[in-house]
Amino acid sequence: MTPTETPSAAVRRSTYREAVREALREALLRDGRVFLMGEDVGRYGGCYAVSKGLLGEFGEARIRDTPLSESAFVGAGIGAALGGVRPIVEIMTVNFSLLALDQILNNAATLLHMSGGQFNIPLVIRMATGGGRQLAAQHSHSLEGWYAHIPGIKVLAPATLEDARGMLWTALEDPDPVLIFENALLYNLEGDLAGDAGPVPIDRARVMREGRDVSLITYGGSLYKTLAAARALEGKGVAAEVVDLRTLRPLDQETISGSVAKTRRVVVVDEGWRTGSLSAEIVARLAETSFWELDTPPERVCSAEVPMPYARHLELSALPSVEKIVSAALRACGRGADA
Amino acid sequence: MSQITDGGGKAGMPDAETCLRLLRQMVLIRRFEEKLAELYTQEKIRGFLHLYIGEEAVAVGAIGVLGPEDAIVATYREHGHALARGISANAIMAEMFGKVEGCSRGRGGSMHLFDAPTRFYGGNAIVGAGLPIAVGLALADKMLGRDRVTVCFFGEGAVAEGDFHESLNLAALWGLPVLFCCENNLYAMGTALARSESETDIALKAASYGIPAWPVDGMDLLSVREAAGRAADAVRSGGGPYFLELRTYRFRAHSMFDPELYRTKAEVETWKERDPIALFAGRLREAGLLTDERLQALEAEVAQEVAAATAFAEAGSLEPVEDLTRFVYSEGRAR
Repeated sequence: MTPTETPSAAVRRSTYREAVREALREALLRDGRVFLMGEDVGRYGGCYAVSKGLLGEFGEARIRDTPLSESAFVGAGIGAALGGVRPIVEIMTVNFSLLALDQILNNAATLLHMSGGQFNIPLVIRMATGGGRQLAAQHSHSLEGWYAHIPGIKVLAPATLEDARGMLWTALEDPDPVLIFENALLYNLEGDLAGDAGPVPIDRARVMREGRDVSLITYGGSLYKTLAAARALEGKGVAAEVVDLRTLRPLDQETISGSVAKTRRVVVVDEGWRTGSLSAEIVARLAETSFWELDTPPERVCSAEVPMPYARHLELSALPSVEKIVSAALRACGRGADA
Repeated sequence: MSQITDGGGKAGMPDAETCLRLLRQMVLIRRFEEKLAELYTQEKIRGFLHLYIGEEAVAVGAIGVLGPEDAIVATYREHGHALARGISANAIMAEMFGKVEGCSRGRGGSMHLFDAPTRFYGGNAIVGAGLPIAVGLALADKMLGRDRVTVCFFGEGAVAEGDFHESLNLAALWGLPVLFCCENNLYAMGTALARSESETDIALKAASYGIPAWPVDGMDLLSVREAAGRAADAVRSGGGPYFLELRTYRFRAHSMFDPELYRTKAEVETWKERDPIALFAGRLREAGLLTDERLQALEAEVAQEVAAATAFAEAGSLEPVEDLTRFVYSEGRAR
């Protein structure tokens, strides 16, 4: 495994989409047991064009278009993994994954335990998540926090190009089910990627920006809003530390608690709904581990508790924003928004 | 489509040794489960207990035609399938007792029997949810070029689930080597087929997906064996999925909490006249392959095996509570 911190080959431009596609290609080339299946992954090229071109390169046996049968093809992924091949199952969006929730929770997450350790399931399920594209209440939610509730699976949220490129192979090497959530707004993100970018660890959070005044803890699509907020805070004399969780289950408690021990203030930014959310879990854990180290009450920036509306202004007001993160950070630092 | 495959004595009679082995398996399932009911009443085993009594010919007939490399996916009413597959009575009984010697180390219980060496993939207690897994196991075989068969058992209640239709479609679309075995015992818990399905011809539903599908007399071991053998051969030779509707009947209640308000005693008694064990034993007597002495000896042998399994389970050990969270994630790297 090559840590991304030490890239050596020439840096090149890449989109998040291209990074995921490259990861898929690498996996298909490296291991003949790997195959991709899902709705429109083949001829259509993937509903977000992630798998474009792979059908021509790898053929129909390994790039499998499925019927609109989420439960059956996710369950078939479980069975295929049990049978000795390495499926990557793509579900168009987390919203549709609810049609396969029974297979994910009652089978993928439980069979190893129910069988007394006999049957592990090396299955990777990828899906898009998140709002911000005016797709309304059945295409816009961020339910990865729900999945992070489930013991028996691992939950990843690659936010950077390095992670989009590197998490898949590590997930495929894992003996147990791994769910990868790709925030759909990130597919067009463009940036520099090391020429030799490769597999990355999937068990550690990452400090994206160091600071001494407040910890901004986030993941996925909210990372860039949070980094923008940190830059804005810098102009107000607040040095914000930004932690990208990367892995939502298991949580890297050491990195989270370590950052808060340093800054003594925390804001958790989570695109999920506030009640019962991943942000709630993180704040509860900090109450357990870091109560005496906190100078001010924890703050949270989450999505408003409404089904996502269509109208642009309403949707934007429902989602976490740079402004909301800045305000929360200033409150955590004991300063009014105007300070 | 509605014509039941007629064993009727015309189905090929296996050799004497095989016949006695099959009879013994059915008797073992019957006596093993009678013991389970007793142990349940004594509160030595808890949880849900779904007895297979009356349906033994289905598991013994269908599983008997499989090879060691074939796979099985079963339901929460799977003691019979597990025994027919050759999982030891000791390991199954220990599982019922929640002991670490159990085939799922006491983590599964009655509804979740698993066994890797015999490719027994459970014991699934979500109705219909085993079908996609069977389709996936078959997909792996097809992709790896292995001529294996995956047999998927489920009740007629599963026919109402989306997973049934999605799975049949996918298996047929991709030509996967699955043998679907629908155990039609007429009641989904307490709901009669006609009260839950607008079209009660299950084989017809399967056939609508382009899958060869036949109803079979599930009380007649030889009919089941013949149909399953033919179906497994077709599947193994690359013919894609095959579907058998095995018409059978559960003599006991759905579970230990079922007052059986939904059917009459007379109906149960009528079906008991076609008890699969008595039916097959009668066939063997007619063919001169079974005597009273032989049957008594077989019963004594089975009683001994059940008693030994019970003693084994009673003497088994409990997994230390410190190991509670084992097997949530794998302890080693990927295969």
